[in-house]
Order: sequence, then C-alpha cells, then structure tokens
Amino acid sequence: MLDRTGISEHGMAGRGMAGRGMDGRGMDGHAMDGQIVVAGVDKVFTSTDREVVALKGIDLTIPRGQFVCLLGPSGCGKSTLLNAMAGFQLPTQGRISVSGREVKMPGPERGMVFQEYALFPWMTVGDNVAFGLELKRLPRRDIETRVDALLKTLGLSDFKGRYPKDLSGGMRQRVAIARVLAIDSPILLMDEPFGALDALTRRTLQDELIRIWAEFQKTIVFVTHSIEEAIYLADRIVVMTFRPGTIKRDITVDLSRPRDTSAPEFNALKRELTTLVMEEQARFSAAELASAAID
Amino acid sequence: MASTAKSDVKVGAGQVGAVQVGAGQVGAGQVGAGQVMTASTVAITPTSAATAAPTRDHGQRRDARPAVPSVLASGGALYGAIVPVLLIVLWEVVARLGIFSPIVLPPPSSVMDRWIISAMPSPVASIATDGTIGWLLSGELLHDSAASLSRVVVGFVVGAGLALPLGLVMGASENIYRLMNPLIQVLRPIPPIAYIPLSIVWFGLGNPPAIFLIALGAFFPVLMNTIAGVRQVDGIYIRAARNLGAGQWALFTRVILPAATPYILAGIRIGIGTAFIVVIVAEMIAVNNGLGYRILEAREYMWSDKIIAGMITIGLLGLMIDIGVSRLNDWLLRWHRGLDQ
Repeated sequence: MLDRTGISEHGMAGRGMAGRGMDGRGMDGHAMDGQIVVAGVDKVFTSTDREVVALKGIDLTIPRGQFVCLLGPSGCGKSTLLNAMAGFQLPTQGRISVSGREVKMPGPERGMVFQEYALFPWMTVGDNVAFGLELKRLPRRDIETRVDALLKTLGLSDFKGRYPKDLSGGMRQRVAIARVLAIDSPILLMDEPFGALDALTRRTLQDELIRIWAEFQKTIVFVTHSIEEAIYLADRIVVMTFRPGTIKRDITVDLSRPRDTSAPEFNALKRELTTLVMEEQARFSAAELASAAID
Repeated sequence: MASTAKSDVKVGAGQVGAVQVGAGQVGAGQVGAGQVMTASTVAITPTSAATAAPTRDHGQRRDARPAVPSVLASGGALYGAIVPVLLIVLWEVVARLGIFSPIVLPPPSSVMDRWIISAMPSPVASIATDGTIGWLLSGELLHDSAASLSRVVVGFVVGAGLALPLGLVMGASENIYRLMNPLIQVLRPIPPIAYIPLSIVWFGLGNPPAIFLIALGAFFPVLMNTIAGVRQVDGIYIRAARNLGAGQWALFTRVILPAATPYILAGIRIGIGTAFIVVIVAEMIAVNNGLGYRILEAREYMWSDKIIAGMITIGLLGLMIDIGVSRLNDWLLRWHRGLDQ
C-alpha cells in the first residue's frame, strides 16, 4: 500500500497537469476536473461518393470518477465518440469539453488505451512507460521511481528491460495501461482494450482495471461490444444505435463490486441489454447485406 | 531484444566453438599419430581439448568410423567449404594442364602467390624509415584496400548524409514529396557510371570525382528507402505518441525515425553495396591507387593472376563490410519482431 500511495503522490503532484488543476485530485473546489461533457455532437464522414453520419446529436455528461461503458454493435459510432473525446477526430457539430476545456487535439490529460496496444516496439517496457514522463521533462530519477512503482503495480517488474515483441497480449496491454497511468491523466479512454485477449486473461485484466480505477480514481470511458464486460465493469452503460450513432439507452448499473456474473441481477441486466444491442445488431446486419447487394 | 542479443552471443560462441572444433581436429590428428606412437599422447589429448564436443567427435570417429568426418557433414563447420575447395582444385588442375595460356587462366596457386606478395610489406619500405607498424602496413594490398575503403566511407557518408534528411522530410511532408519526387524519379534510373564523364569535367581527376560518384551511388537507395520507411509508419504509433503528449519534434525523433529504421537500414545496406561497386569503377578512371586502379594496372601488364588476386580482395572486403552492416543491423533492430512472428 505504501508504494501505491507513492505512485499517486510522487512525481506528478504540483507539475504538469497538476499545475493546471487537472490531476483528478483535490475533489473539493474542482468539480469539473475529470469531467467529460459532450454537447450536441455530430460526426459526419465524407468520402467522394457518400456521406456517413457516424454520430448524431450526442449529449452526454460523465462526472469525475465514473466508469462508463459505450456499448453497441460495429458501426454504432462508439469508437468514433471515443476518438472525438481523445481529440483524434474533431466533431462536425457540437463540442466536447474535458475538465471544463474544449477538446481540440490529443493530449496527455486524456490517456488512451488501444485495442492494438500501440506500444512502441523499439522501446523496452520501461522506456514505453517512461515515454510520457520524458516528454514532460521530469528529472530522470523521478521518472525511474515512478516507472518502477507502476511496473510493480501491474506485475511487470521482471519485464522492464524486455521489448514488446517478447510479451504476450495480456502483458502488452498491462504495459499500455501502465503507460497511460504514468502520465497521470484524470481520464482514461479505452477502445476495446481487452478485445484481442483470451477469456481468462481478459477477466484478470478486468479485475485489475477495477482495482486501478478505484485506487487512482480515474474517469474511465470504455468502449466494448461485449455486454457481459460492460455489466462487469461499468457504473453506467451507454447503449448506442447503429448508424447514425445516437444514445439508445443510458443505464446505471447498481450492482456491488466485485460483481458475480452468475447472479440473477447480473443476468436480468444482461437479458435487457442483449435485447437492446441485438436490435441494433439486426440493423447492422441488414445494412451490411444491403451494401453487399449494391456492390 | 534480449533473446536476439543472446542468440548473437551464441553465434559468437558457436564460432568460437567451431574454431575449437578445428583445434579438436588437429588434436584428433595428433591422437591418430599418438596411437601409432605412444599411449601417453592419447592420454594427454583429452585434457588438452578445450571442450567435450571435439573429444566426443573423436571418440565417435574412432568407434564408428563414419565415411564423412562430422565437420564436413551437412551442418558441420566446414560443410560450406567443400564446393569452393573442389572448384579450386579443379581450377588448379585445368590451369596446369597447359590447355590455356596463364594469361587466360592463371592457376590459383599463382593467384595466391600474387596475393601474398602484395600483402607483404613493400620492398622500398623499411623498419628504419617507416617504423615497425608502418613497415608492416606498407604492402600494396593494404594501401589499396585502405584507399578504396576510405573512398567508400567518405562517399557513403556524403551520399547517405544528404539522402537521410531529404528522405525524412519527403516521407513526412506530402508537399515536399510532391515538390521533389518528379526530379528524383527522373534522376534515379541514371546509373552513377553514366556520370563519369561529367564528374571528370566538374571535379577533374583524383578523389573528388570518385567521391562524387560513390555518393551518388549511395544516395538513391538510402533516399528511396527512407521515404518508404517514413510513409509506412503505422498511424497508431503517432496517435499513441500524440496522446501521451508528444510534440512535432518528439514525434519525429522518437517515433517516426525509429519506426522507419528497418527500412532505412535496408537502404543503407543497398547503398553501401552500390558505393562499393562504384568505387571500383571510379578508381579505374580517375585515381592512381585503390583496388580498382590496381586491377586495371595489372591488366596493362597482362598479369591475370594479379587481376584475380585484386578481385578476391574486393570480394573479401565487400563481405567484411556486409557482415559489419548486418551486425549493426541486428543490434539496432534488436526490438524488431522479424519474419517469424
């Protein structure tokens, strides 16, 4: 426990984000820290021959510290919404603000975890985790301390000098999580982070994520198409519609953690969500068939 | 990386092992002699053998007597030497039959003589005037090799030194790419050799035209591969880096450049190869030392054995450079997953 406190207090406090009051701590007086506000967001992709409305009229306020899952079939715009929050793609209409400031470009106050891990293969595990801290020009010693503490938290201490190619998928995703935790962003954006992992590794990492979320007090927006994963993890599940992406249902999950996937309440929620998601999945399949017929 | 580095070490150790096997062979030969002479020699040999492997080989040979010695079996240390040795023997036999004039086909033994003579200290040098090291290195072969190598190095550094930054900006900026690409596509197919007349007009004789030609030969492979390397960088690395707070400079130096390294190194390898081809040609026209010059000079005297000795030196030098570059490659790309994954 001591070293964990070390992580949250050491190095970053009073610097960088913290200096701008966005470190996600100091609950009182900073109600907007770590808060995400999506207001009237549309996103239209235009190619030469057609327009695709990926998002339409999205309004969503995510308070600080909430764990939100965006759930829906392929093509419902959940990743588009996440990318807009990250600042990779700006909305066509409307605005997204994080901690009270409009999102205009990617930035370290919104750490992203990708399904493909996106670790830099030419850097060792330690260097990958240190990368964001080096960009902040922290003293070498602070970086070392912080990286070591994070690697320990995620069970990666023995892999510090290894390259990503030597690691399993689950280990790689741990590194990716350590890498965003290192920059101490109040918000974690996760794009199907466990989608490529086997079921057991996935459950382990889900449990670790819950632990990290509780310990580091992050706001998490987590994209998934797995209903069970959403119920297992989230405080709140936002079900999205297939093209154009709108919010179909906004559900609060009131189950206590750790959650029992075989509990009756869990299954009741699962049944409800399955109905909702499958309606959209049917529209997705129909659209796929239609476009195949045109081609 | 760790595994690659380790395997490198293993290769090194393997090579040492191979040397030891060679030593073991000598030992085995001694044992053979010892068996005829005294038993004490046999008793000494196993202790003198550095590793167990040669001893085991030796034991096998004594017990089973297989037709092929293990070092010559496929996978053995000398397996790859079988074909060259046979070829040299055949060449020697044919050359000594007297069917061809020694000008057309000098025997390998006289090529070897020539090679050794030219590697030996020059007769005009002496320890008194040149010092021991100077005298040892005064041989024509070493001088020519050094001259050729230094031209390759200087020419390559100039060529690659210009190509790398240009390739990086062309790969990174669509506008600069569109601005420069047409010119480059027109110039690229012109072989450096075609620049020889112009290079002499521009730079006169001596090193400058040679360096120019070599630089030209190294320039395009490095340029084209650097452009391709930067363009193929996976967008997800760039997104991840920007997300972690990387600015343009950090993005370029810490993400794009390393991500493009496999391509750039491939270009460097090709570029050095081209530089090495060009240096020989350049030395044949513009300068009066170096391996290319020496070959052409030998032709004036119809010294075919010396021509071939020079060619073999070029081959060995090229091999050395390529091994060096490939070692560098392995080290710089120790993070790279390679084709097996």
